[in-house]
Amino acid sequence: MRWVLVSAMVCATVFADLLQSHEMKRAGEQSVTARGFARILRIIVERRLLLFSIACNAVSFSAFMALVQTEPLSFAVPASSASFVLETILAKFVLREHIDARRTAGALAVLAGVVLVGG
Amino acid sequence: MSQSFSGGVKTYSALFVFLALRAVGNSAMAWGMKQVPTRMSVNPSLYVHAMLEPFVAVGVVALILALLARMALLSLADLSFVLPVTAVGYVIAVVLGKTFLHETVTNQRWLGTLLIFAGAALVGSTTRRTSPPVEDAK
Repeated sequence: MRWVLVSAMVCATVFADLLQSHEMKRAGEQSVTARGFARILRIIVERRLLLFSIACNAVSFSAFMALVQTEPLSFAVPASSASFVLETILAKFVLREHIDARRTAGALAVLAGVVLVGG
Repeated sequence: MSQSFSGGVKTYSALFVFLALRAVGNSAMAWGMKQVPTRMSVNPSLYVHAMLEPFVAVGVVALILALLARMALLSLADLSFVLPVTAVGYVIAVVLGKTFLHETVTNQRWLGTLLIFAGAALVGSTTRRTSPPVEDAK
């Protein structure tokens, strides 16, 4: 059961982040002022893919909560960082982001750090 | 002010707001849930009841705003940039836990924190947006 929950959590997180990144770039640059937040809420309501991405966030959160009820945090947190690797790879091939050596090295250092913090 | 400088200011403002809201949200939620006497289950009424606890309510609002701030951040920078730099939240959680909750932080956790900080700094020094512009169908 633990791997079913990890898979659900990772897949839902990856879907949510890829969709949010793609849709928010289409929507144009947004700000973090009160007006900016109101505008983002309107964008969410107008774009079905963003609504779907938030549903994916909810699935991911529920899977994480279910996971920590049965497994220790020291397993759940490093397991959740699997999405980090998958998302970085998909960002290169799906979102066509340029991931140079410095960004790769930084991402790997962060990944190792997350595993150590959670372990 | 150049466009890339103002874009950088907007990006790091969004990052700062996101990290602050998430730290407040998680702390308020953790504190508030300790005040809720009943253990959570699949029953949705228990979650509604928990939301009546003021700290839990503050936590939920802060986490919703953090989600919006992260979306603003994703409109300004690559996903492969946002993922590592937002991991600085783990560093903040460790420091807050040590400072305010007097938690014991092992050497392994400090090493992890250092790696996250170094990795985020390395990614933060790269170009924040490299993906081609996306045509809006709207």
